[in-house]
Amino acid sequence: MNEIKSPEESRKSLDRIFRDLTRSITHRDEMSRFWLFILVMFAIVGVWGFIIQIQRGLGVTGMRDYVSWGAYIANFVFFVAVSLIGFLISSTLHLLKIEWSKPISRVAEQVAIAAVAMAGLIIVMDMGRPDRLQNVFLHGRFASPILWDLTVVTTYLVISVLLFYLPLIPDLALLRDRLTGVPEIQKKIYTVLALGWKGNEEQYRLVTHAMRILMILIIPVGLSIHTVTSWLFASTLRAGWDTTIFGPYFVSGAFVAGTAAVVMVMFVYRLRYRLKNYFTHHHFDMMGKLLVFVCLVYLYFNINEFLVPGYKMRLHEGIHLRELFAGGYSRMFWFVQIAGLILPIFLLLFKYFRRPFPMFLISFLVLVASWFKRYVIVIPTMEHPHLPVQNVPDYFKHYAPTSNEIVILLFGFVGALIIITLLAKLFPVISIWEYAHQQGIDKKYLTEKPENQ
Amino acid sequence: MEQNYNTRRSFLKSLGVTLGVAGLGVSSGVLTSCSKVSSVSPEGKIRLLTPGGTLVEVDASQLTPAEMPSLTDNQKRGRLGMEGKSWVMVIDLSKCRNARQCMAACQNHHQLRPEQHHINVLQMQDAEHTAPYYMPKPCMHCDNPPCTKVCPVNATFKRADGIVLIDNERCIGCRFCIAACPYSARVFNWFEPRDAEKYEGVTYNIEANVPQKKGTISKCLFSADLLRDGKLPSCVSACPNSVYWFGDRNEDAVTNGTTKETVSFSKLIRDNGAYTLMEELGTKPRVYYLPPKNRTFPFEGELIEKGHQG
Ligand code: SF4
Repeated sequence: MNEIKSPEESRKSLDRIFRDLTRSITHRDEMSRFWLFILVMFAIVGVWGFIIQIQRGLGVTGMRDYVSWGAYIANFVFFVAVSLIGFLISSTLHLLKIEWSKPISRVAEQVAIAAVAMAGLIIVMDMGRPDRLQNVFLHGRFASPILWDLTVVTTYLVISVLLFYLPLIPDLALLRDRLTGVPEIQKKIYTVLALGWKGNEEQYRLVTHAMRILMILIIPVGLSIHTVTSWLFASTLRAGWDTTIFGPYFVSGAFVAGTAAVVMVMFVYRLRYRLKNYFTHHHFDMMGKLLVFVCLVYLYFNINEFLVPGYKMRLHEGIHLRELFAGGYSRMFWFVQIAGLILPIFLLLFKYFRRPFPMFLISFLVLVASWFKRYVIVIPTMEHPHLPVQNVPDYFKHYAPTSNEIVILLFGFVGALIIITLLAKLFPVISIWEYAHQQGIDKKYLTEKPENQ
Repeated sequence: MEQNYNTRRSFLKSLGVTLGVAGLGVSSGVLTSCSKVSSVSPEGKIRLLTPGGTLVEVDASQLTPAEMPSLTDNQKRGRLGMEGKSWVMVIDLSKCRNARQCMAACQNHHQLRPEQHHINVLQMQDAEHTAPYYMPKPCMHCDNPPCTKVCPVNATFKRADGIVLIDNERCIGCRFCIAACPYSARVFNWFEPRDAEKYEGVTYNIEANVPQKKGTISKCLFSADLLRDGKLPSCVSACPNSVYWFGDRNEDAVTNGTTKETVSFSKLIRDNGAYTLMEELGTKPRVYYLPPKNRTFPFEGELIEKGHQG
């Protein structure tokens, strides 16, 4: 925290901060419109693909009786994984009283909300009978890991939204009081959402208190959401899934994917909304270190996951591992391990690569590899059941997503991007009041009406 | 026909009777599942559509009206199972010549497409130099079923008589049960099921899982509808090579589907060194295999693809 400033100085810098951090809201140009237009187009195509799938049946995908879970499930796991970053950055690091991650909290929550919301949608799109979703509530059996997953995913979504919203309230009041040049209706929304915030000590105390509770609550929920997701696989008897370390293996992998996603969003905001002084080199540097750290943990679990069964090569495990190491999936497998794990660890040890742009590129690579990692976890195992696959057409034996399936897969991505974009267009991407506070600006200036209005 | 208790004798007797009637295609089982009255001719003859799709004509006086249980009744009794029974199957691998009549009969009974198998005859080779053999593989109706555990809506469940059944009126199509089944026993209706138009309007029979429904699961049910009528499962009676034995473990009796001979179940599996499939998984199957020894016919299948030995 900087030293206390004089009133004029405080007001001046608060104005500057406010202007900078609301640029994402006030800034309108062709580029943003074009971006949203593209996203909406893709989303429409995805919905259209889904309608076809409903009409003709899940057979429009590449899935069949043996590979009965395909890229949709991989996509689902990927999005659940990405969403975990919310709890790592905005809760765990906060509770550990780490300062540098504070301005990143809101980005992390945006990513978390978008990812977990899409994960929920994707799983419905994977159902053979989405029209019977209500059965899960009417006849839900709590012995099924699906029910556990459903419970924790919805809880996580709720807590994430609250963790996004609560620290937003003082900002909403600022927007309500100070923002100009936005439609009336948008101002109305801010007014309603600000809940009549006045900015007195009592209110701050309440928010901080509620935040603490949520930050603690989200830790077990966040851990369970991905652990339970991993149990969807680990609770079966299949080679490649039937292992005991799937929980921590998935959780650590999730941090890798999520960190990469947050870095990418940070980089785009920094560029688009000219936030160079807010998402600084220091932030990218620290995020780079965080990425190396989670990658190392993940590497450790990977070694456990592959070396031990690879040493024994039991019949079915052996078939599975041979397929990954040297068989049909070897290219994908080694790409995932090298591009998604080894390379980032190696590169990010150097300060040179922990600068914004190299970080962006590396994160992109890591995120792509993370998606394929889930693909490699789900599909090869399904292609090799215990008993031989016979008396079925050849296309039952090998899985490849169809074009109809791909547009639905893409829907997940554009859906998440639309949510993130809208959140950035409506709310500041960095908490204004927390940032101002960090800059040594007293809270009382926040509630002052600016004179020039 | 609804009697819950059958002595070993009456089981056999009713078997003989129903076999006779089955030739006409008008046994009550057929009626209850899915025949439709087409027309009544003046002489009191009635024309019926059998599940196989052929028209038959029978004297109206020969018919006893079968009660069509309502959907909920059918689902309810289908969940309970048949009291006092404990169904088991014994498959004699030394007899299987890959005739595949079981597969055909099964697909007809359960409205399956050609690539959907409730029972699948696999060509097996356990290790590199061991002899290959044919292995019919139905659902194992495990006593510790991995599939029913994972179902989020209780659409697949274990009945008291040992059968693992499906309620395709409830299934949400998550396919978790397919992932959980180590025997690849489950199939999914990826598209509209075969002959969907023909079965339109037919009340769902949970014990035959007919009519099949798009977006839901299906699998072997030991022809639970036929068992209720005192008959053997379709695959068992269809086999020309005496491969299948089927019966009640409580009565310690199994009947051969081809020869109709009934023997002691425990003696059969003891004398022939029976085993269950992948017992190391702890699933406790209800299907027992007699080893493929002393075969008097050659194995004519193709040799197994590498890496696929089960
Ligand atoms: S596919 Fe149907 S039967 Fe199988 S687990 Fe899901 S809901 Fe249950």
